[in-house]
Amino acid sequence: MKKHWLLAAVAAFALSGAVEAKTLKWGAAREIASLDPYSFGETFTLAVLNHVYEGLVRYTGDLKIEPALAESWETVSPTVWRFKLRQGVKFHNGNPFTADDVIASLARVTHESSPLKGNLPAYKSSKKIDDYTVEIEVNGPYPLLLNDLTNIYIFDKEWMEANNASLPTDAGKGVEGYATNNANGTGPFKVESRRADSKTVFVKNESWWDKPQHNIDRIEFTPITSASTRVAALLSGEIDFTNVAPLQDLPRLSASPDVKVLQTNELRTVIFAFNLKDALVESDVKDKNPLKDKRVREALYRAIDIDAVQKRAMRGLSRNTGAIVAPAIPGYVPKMDERLPFDLNGAKKLLADAGYPNGFSFLMNCNTDSLVNEEEFCQAVASMWSRAGLKPNLNMAPRSQQTPKRVKGEFDVISFGWANEPMIDAYSILVQVMRSKSGTGGVFNWGNWGDPRIDALTDKAGVELDNAKRIPMMTEALMIAKNEHLFIPMHQQPMAWAMGKAVEATVQASDNKPRLWLTRMK
Amino acid sequence: MPAFLFKRLLNAAGVMLAVAFLAFLIFRFVGDPVELMLNEQASQAQRDELRARLGLDKGFALQFATFVGNALHGDFGISFRNQQDVFTLIAERFPATFELVLVATVLSLAVGIPLGVYTAIRRDSLPAKALQFLSVLGVSLPSFAVGILLILLFSVTLQWLPAFGRGEVVQIGWWSTGFLTPSGRRALILPGITLSLFQITLVMRLVRAEMLETMRTDFIRFARARGLKLRAIHFRHALRNCLMPVITVTGLQIGNLIAFALVTETVFQWPGMGLLFVQAVTFVDIPVMAAYLIVASFIFVSLNTLVDLAYAFVDPRLRDDAISGAANAH
Repeated sequence: MKKHWLLAAVAAFALSGAVEAKTLKWGAAREIASLDPYSFGETFTLAVLNHVYEGLVRYTGDLKIEPALAESWETVSPTVWRFKLRQGVKFHNGNPFTADDVIASLARVTHESSPLKGNLPAYKSSKKIDDYTVEIEVNGPYPLLLNDLTNIYIFDKEWMEANNASLPTDAGKGVEGYATNNANGTGPFKVESRRADSKTVFVKNESWWDKPQHNIDRIEFTPITSASTRVAALLSGEIDFTNVAPLQDLPRLSASPDVKVLQTNELRTVIFAFNLKDALVESDVKDKNPLKDKRVREALYRAIDIDAVQKRAMRGLSRNTGAIVAPAIPGYVPKMDERLPFDLNGAKKLLADAGYPNGFSFLMNCNTDSLVNEEEFCQAVASMWSRAGLKPNLNMAPRSQQTPKRVKGEFDVISFGWANEPMIDAYSILVQVMRSKSGTGGVFNWGNWGDPRIDALTDKAGVELDNAKRIPMMTEALMIAKNEHLFIPMHQQPMAWAMGKAVEATVQASDNKPRLWLTRMK
Repeated sequence: MPAFLFKRLLNAAGVMLAVAFLAFLIFRFVGDPVELMLNEQASQAQRDELRARLGLDKGFALQFATFVGNALHGDFGISFRNQQDVFTLIAERFPATFELVLVATVLSLAVGIPLGVYTAIRRDSLPAKALQFLSVLGVSLPSFAVGILLILLFSVTLQWLPAFGRGEVVQIGWWSTGFLTPSGRRALILPGITLSLFQITLVMRLVRAEMLETMRTDFIRFARARGLKLRAIHFRHALRNCLMPVITVTGLQIGNLIAFALVTETVFQWPGMGLLFVQAVTFVDIPVMAAYLIVASFIFVSLNTLVDLAYAFVDPRLRDDAISGAANAH
C-alpha cells in the first residue's frame, strides 16, 4: 500500500513537472531564412533570431532604445562612440562575452559579402579599449548609430573561429556556412533543434543576463504558409500564437472563445508615388509629363475617397493618414495627418485647369503580394481615378516581378510602402526614398521625385547629433513633400496577431516584431 | 537491352538539358533576387556588387554554361535565401514528398480499383451512378479546396487529425520517415487523401472503362457459359486483364504527383520538395528553382523508362517487339 502511495506521489510529481514546462507553439506565415542573422536582409528573420542573438542595444516594447549587451555609451568625439559592455554575460556555449566578440561581429556584418552591410551604413572601424570597452568610429557625425545597432547581433568570436564562420556566407561562392544551421548567442532562448519548413525549437536560456519577464520554457516555431491552415491550426489549438493573422479571418477568430486577436496599425505607411521624369512611360500624352504639374497631383489626391477605400478594400482596419510616416516615427507631427478632402468635382476642375479636361492615360504598377490588401486598394483607387476622367492602366504582378520594373522606372504611378525599419526614424525614408539619387542616398528614388530643399534638409539632418535640432529638420522636409503633393499618402496598414487561450499576454509594438521574452503564458 | 537502356539514358540527358535551358530562359522573367536579398537600407553600389558576385550581371549564355558545368560536377550551389547547399536542401525534403506520394498512390489503387469494378459490373445501379457523378466532382475540385475542407472537418471540428506538418519523424541515415511514429502516420492521412482524390477518380474511371470493354469480350462470355462464379469471372478473369493500363497510368502519375504535390504540400505545410519550390519562386531563389526542375525532370524521365521496362517485362509480346525492334534499329 505504502509503495503504491509512493509511486503515485512520484507520478504526480513527474506530471506536475510536465505541466509546468510551458511550451509556446508559434505558427508563423513563413520560414526564417537561416539561423545566421547576417544572411538575408529581412526584418522577420531578424525578429525571430532576436530571441537567440542580441545587439548592444535593443528596443523596448514601446520602441525606445535601451541598453542590452552594452550598459552605457558616450560620444567621445562627433565621430567616435564609446560603449561600456555588460559584464558577466555568457554565450549559450558558456563562453564569456567580451569586447573581442563585438569587434569580430562588427567585422563580420560589415564585410563586403554581408547582405546586412547596409544596416550599418556609417561604420568605419572599431577598436578594443579594454575587455569591456569598445570604441566605434563612424564616417562622419551620425545620429542614428544606436538605432542601427539594435539589429546588429553579437556573435562569439571563439565560436566563429572554431567553426570557420568569421566571414558571412557568400551565396556567390556557393559554400554553406556553419552559422546557417547552428547558433550561439546570448539571448533569452537557445536553439535546441531545427528542421527547416517543419519545426525549430528554442528552449529557455537559464543563464540569461536579464531578469526574464516571460515564463516560457520552450518555443516550437513552425511556419504555416497557407493562411487558412494557420487559422485552422489556431482554432484547433495546434498552435498558440501567430504573428500573421489573416485579416479576412479576423471576425471568425474573434468569434472563437479560445482565441484572442490583437490588432493595431503597423509603422508601414502606404503611399502612391509618381513618375516625375520628363515623359510618362505609357500614356496618350507624349510630349510632356502631366504629373509634374502640382495641380494634376492634387487632382489625383482629391479624387480618392479614402473612407471608401478604408471600409471596402481594407475591411475597416487601416488607419487613414495624410502623413508619409507613422505617428511613432520621429519626424512626424500631428498636423501632417490631415488629408486633402475627397472632392471629385474639385479634382475634375483641377485637371481641366491643368489642360487635361478629358484626363490622360498612365501606367499604374501594383504588387499582388507585398502590402496588405494591395490588389483591393489599387483596384479601388484606379476606379476612383477613372471616375475623375483619368485612364489608369493597372498592372499587377508579384513583387519579385514588379520590383525590377520599378527599379528601372517603368511606371507612372506605384503603390509604395515604407516602414522606416530597422532604424525607426524618418531619416530612413528621407535618405533612401525621397532624396535625389546620389552616391549613398536615393536608392528607392525610382521616379525622379524629390526637391532640392528636401535634399539639403536630409543631408543636414544626417550629420546633426542633437535630436532637438535634427527632428524638426526632418519634419520640415516631410512637410515640403506634403505641401507639394509629391506623394499621395493613403494609410498605415493593419497588422493582426492572434493567440490561443494558453497565452496570457504579450507585447505588440507597431514594428510588428514578436517579442516572446515579454510574453507570459497561463 | 543495353542498347535500349543507353538510348534511354541519352534521351534523359537531353530532356534534362532542355529543361535546364527552358528554366534559365524563364528565370530572366521571374524577377531580381538581389532586391529581395538586401534590405531597404542597402545602397545602390551594394546592390550592384551583390548582383555581380552572384554572376547575375553576366549574359544568359554564360550563366547557363556555368550552371551546366557546375551541375555536371554535382554542384548546384547554395540557396540565395537559405544559404544552404541546394542538393542537401532537396535531399532533405525528398523523403517527405516521396512518402506522401506513396500513400496517395496506394490509396488510389486500394480505393479506385474496387470502385471501378463495382461501377462497371453494377453500372445501372443507383450507387454506381452516384459514384460516377462524385468522380466528376473529384476530378474537378481543386486540391487546395479539398485540403481546407478536410482540415476544417477533421482538425478544427472533430479534432482528430493534425492540420499541418509531418508529426514526429524518425531519421534513418539521410532518410526521414513518418511511418514509424503514431503522430507521423496520423499526419499522413489528410494530405494523403487530398493528394489521392484526383488519382482515385482517375483509377476508378479507367478500371470501369476497361472492365466494360473486357466484359464484352468472348472469353468472359464463355466463362459465364461454363457456369463459373461471377466473383471469379469479375476478379480473376476480367480485372486481371484490365490491370495493364492501370499500372502504366499509375507509374506515370507518380512522377506527376511528385512534381505537383506542391499545392497539397502548401496547404498542409508538408515539408517536401513542392513547398521548397514554392518558397524558392517567391524569393527568386534561382539555384533552388534550377535544381528542383532538374531533379523533377530526372524523376519523370526515369519513371517513364521504368514503366517502359516494366511493360516489356509484363507483356511478352511487347518484350519481343522491343528487343527485336531495338536490334533491328541498330
